[in-house]
Amino acid sequence: MKQQTESHSEIATENTDQALTEKNTASIYKELSFQGLWKNNPGIVQLLGLCPLLAVTNTLTNALGLGLATLFVVIASNVLISLIRHHVPKAIRIPVFVMIIASLVSCIQLLMNAYTYHLYLSLGIFIPLIVTNCMIIGRAEAFASKNNVKHSAFDGLMMGLGFTAVLILLGATREVLAQGTLFDGIETLLGDWASFMTMTVYNTDTSFLLAALPPGAFIIMGLIIAIKNVIDKKISDK
Amino acid sequence: MAFFNITSPHQQTKRRTPEIMQLVILALVPGILVHSYLFGSAIFVQIVLAIFTALIAESVFLKLRKRPILNSLKDYSAVVTAILLAISIPSLAPWWIIVIGTLFAILIVKNLYGGLGQNIFNPAMAGYVVLLISFPVQMTAWLPIQSMQAFPVSFHDILSLIFTGFSIDGYTVTQIKTSIDGYSIATPLETIRNAIHSGSTISETLKTTLFSSDSLQGSQWVNLAFLAGGLFLLKKRIILWYIPVSFIAAITIFSFIAFASDPDLYSSPLYHLFSGATMLGAFFILTDPVTASTTVKGRIIYGSLCALLVIIIRNVGGYPDAVAFAVLLANMCVPLIDYYTKPKAYGRKRT
Repeated sequence: MKQQTESHSEIATENTDQALTEKNTASIYKELSFQGLWKNNPGIVQLLGLCPLLAVTNTLTNALGLGLATLFVVIASNVLISLIRHHVPKAIRIPVFVMIIASLVSCIQLLMNAYTYHLYLSLGIFIPLIVTNCMIIGRAEAFASKNNVKHSAFDGLMMGLGFTAVLILLGATREVLAQGTLFDGIETLLGDWASFMTMTVYNTDTSFLLAALPPGAFIIMGLIIAIKNVIDKKISDK
Repeated sequence: MAFFNITSPHQQTKRRTPEIMQLVILALVPGILVHSYLFGSAIFVQIVLAIFTALIAESVFLKLRKRPILNSLKDYSAVVTAILLAISIPSLAPWWIIVIGTLFAILIVKNLYGGLGQNIFNPAMAGYVVLLISFPVQMTAWLPIQSMQAFPVSFHDILSLIFTGFSIDGYTVTQIKTSIDGYSIATPLETIRNAIHSGSTISETLKTTLFSSDSLQGSQWVNLAFLAGGLFLLKKRIILWYIPVSFIAAITIFSFIAFASDPDLYSSPLYHLFSGATMLGAFFILTDPVTASTTVKGRIIYGSLCALLVIIIRNVGGYPDAVAFAVLLANMCVPLIDYYTKPKAYGRKRT
């Protein structure tokens, strides 16, 4: 994992950090948002954290749940790592980062176990697996360990939102294709008041099982990446 | 004195893609006719639906890709894909089954990879697998042969069943499939699988009324018809013998190994050869010039690999027939097979 994160971090470093230091504050936030949400989106451009991305997006609720959990972890880890960045010896920084992320993930796991028990059950192993999401340690190594707390928190927010957006898009597409519904089981995430959000797009006796299974996730993910590339090409052609 | 040089590979007639595809369609005709004679004429409705969907999907996609539409439509490759898919699925499946399958085959498996000649996977079989995984109920609703069907099914009934799900008198496919006695009939491969799962041996199963000689012969005759069509293709040199022969030989060998180890659990080689999609696969599906291996050794390896996968999946896998899965898995190995079986240029030392 160490090698993986390092190679990812190199890429991310080139793209973001060098450009950032010289710019003024407002444009830094703009640049961070653009990088996180679109240009360096962890889900569809860097292809980080594909395992949870493909495995739990069978319904919108699962996708949203995992997205929010990841969002929390990446913001918190970026803030903590940015705070201690001057006190960690360079040689052991990766183990330290992993420890911090793992503790944060344990927190979120316990919280979800306590407050959203059914969602906790349906996400299963993928909550503890947030630790191994390369996106989080990638941001810690490439950004938070070199920038101040404010910028790191904002970078975590934008990267997390970018990742969550992809999860939501994939989850919604798969749920509509497979069951014809949206927000099925949302009450397990937000509580009973939210059950009005569950909507039926179309009624069907037979579900399109492929969309709910992992191969469907790969195919739809490929199509989303393709659409993103088409849009990029359209923009650069102008 | 004049020398007439013929360049290799010494084939005098020069065939273009449309002509090859037309001959393939022609070779499929006996199989389709036998199928419709034994199982009813619903298969024609499926074929027409599939061809229409394929042509429309292909032309829309080519328009999006800004490619000449007529050129690609005229090569008949989409039609062949459509026909292969239509004869693989149960004839009375609802209309949206074949439409979804054909769309997937043409749009995603074929055209997203770059169109004819660029696809890694056999479009018809990938479409079939998508359908089988997504809609297991509709995709296993096979009818018994006509003489054993509980209710006579007229052509109006067929149209009504395919487009609304109910026959004119209001029966569903399941009701037609299940006769008055209340037993339902699956394909022979499926019947044997279910019987073995419930603990009986093959020799017992073969004797039951469910498995009377009529029902077994149904799929055997269809397989024989496809074999005839395949031999015609071989004679016309549309396909070469390496893949079908290695596939059929390997099926015989592998199924014999299993059969010899326990004849009560594994069916005989003859049974494997003439049931399911064996012959259709051997001559029409494995030999797809785009997705099969292209070297001589590679073709033999490819055919044997498919056969091994078919026997493994049929004997211990979760699905009754396996040709589609085997073909897709072997398709994935083709680049590797081709890489290692590249013929050495003359004069080069073997390494």
